[in-house]
Amino acid sequence: MGVIQFKGVNKIFGPRETGFQALQDINMEIRDKEFVAIVGPSGCGKTTCLRMVAGFEPATDGVVTVDGTPIKRPGPDRAVVFQQFALFPWKSVYDNIDMGLRNLNVSRSERESRIADILNLMNLTQYAKHFPHQLSGGMQQRVAIARAYVLDPDVLLMDEPFGALDAQTRVVMQEELVRLARKNPRTVLFITHAVEEAVYLADRVAIMTRAPGRIKEVLDIASIRNAEDWDSHEKIEDVMDLESFVHLRTHIWRSLREEKAAQHA
Amino acid sequence: MQKQISFTRSVVLGLLGLGSFIGLWHGLAVSGMISNVFLPSPVEVYDRFTTLLDRRFAGATLQGHLFASFQRFAYGFLLAALIGIPLGLLMGWYQLLDEIVSPLFDALRFVAPIAWVPFAALWFGTGIGGPIMIIFAGAFPPCVINAYRGAKFVDPRLIEAANMLGTPSHRVIREVLLPSSVPSIISGLRVSAGLGWQSLVGAELIVASAGVGYMMVQGQANISTTTVMAGMVAIGLVGLALDSALRLVERIIQRRRGLEN
Repeated sequence: MGVIQFKGVNKIFGPRETGFQALQDINMEIRDKEFVAIVGPSGCGKTTCLRMVAGFEPATDGVVTVDGTPIKRPGPDRAVVFQQFALFPWKSVYDNIDMGLRNLNVSRSERESRIADILNLMNLTQYAKHFPHQLSGGMQQRVAIARAYVLDPDVLLMDEPFGALDAQTRVVMQEELVRLARKNPRTVLFITHAVEEAVYLADRVAIMTRAPGRIKEVLDIASIRNAEDWDSHEKIEDVMDLESFVHLRTHIWRSLREEKAAQHA
Repeated sequence: MQKQISFTRSVVLGLLGLGSFIGLWHGLAVSGMISNVFLPSPVEVYDRFTTLLDRRFAGATLQGHLFASFQRFAYGFLLAALIGIPLGLLMGWYQLLDEIVSPLFDALRFVAPIAWVPFAALWFGTGIGGPIMIIFAGAFPPCVINAYRGAKFVDPRLIEAANMLGTPSHRVIREVLLPSSVPSIISGLRVSAGLGWQSLVGAELIVASAGVGYMMVQGQANISTTTVMAGMVAIGLVGLALDSALRLVERIIQRRRGLEN
């Protein structure tokens, strides 16, 4: 199971009276095995939402729960994929992936077979002995995704995971993630500021307002995807050409533009 | 190619500095302006150095004295590294320990190693124990400080990554803080070796019955300034060798981690 709930969450950095209010009254439920993307203008607190689920930041008010249990600290049931990969530079690809597995109570042989499987799934088998700095950005992020997925987490938290990659690599990784998510569905909270990415990947997209961040609108993408049969198209660019996709994308763009305009006013 | 040129260049410039120094020294010594006992010439020091290598003075040859000194140094230095590095890392990880230990440590580290001589002799004797304690007093603070700094400046994202993977503290310290601190720790060890080696010779001036420092004191008592200077040269050479060895260790570690550039 992996149900995430935000209940009346406020987040203020610094003292309550004079600090910076990043989030205001966030209420949202992410269902088990659902893929939710949060988009919003930069500085709106979307990453803070993810960091609270990860257990890196406490909520100032309200509560964030996973399967009803309030989150106290980070843990392997909520694996994180960071924008800057955060791989251990002195560990090989294999050892990076093994790092979290060693904390679970699994036998050596099971660890080995799980790592072999994920390496295979992510097309990393031949790079097992490489160090992160010997790999391209896209490859490093595959390792980071493998390191998270191998733990078989209830919840996968992805913080602009493709933000540091070039446009072509990004598209390949998005297709890979879709493939992975179909094969092995997880509850995913995905933070991005790329609108197409959110629409292509997510079951639902939550749009946030400028700071203090609130949930402005939540769009149901999955029902449209199923109704319009997006999955019959193999390539991302074909999906992005569909009228239903363009319509959703434009809607989100407009909504974000309003926020941006208000920010400058 | 570029690397080759810059290496040659640094060797040439280094030799230029050393050569000018010896030239100036030699010029001053043979000019007759300064009495020979006050400032022996480089040639005389070199002669004395080679003589000391195969004739005993103050109970041993120069190698014998160096060996005695080095043994003490090695014990004191290893002890300082074995206690100092883990302590520094732990202080960098546990705020509470940091707050308890730091003020005490910051006060104690300003006490010069030589100031411990009376207590070192009293508590551990003038055999091997006393000098080890003095070397330890010199070598310990840089080990602690640099391991601590290394631990404090670890990329916070790596700590978050380790935490989200459910890594227990003892493994975060060993597998994240320690490797990430290696460059800082090695530069700490280099400072530490320098200070330890300096303190050792200071300690031997007072306690011990063998060692380079002891040899120099005996030279002083016999008004053999060349012996004192030969001792200084030997100290400098060993110090240089120690530093090069530690730099080599650093390079080997970096290469093994695939981080060499």
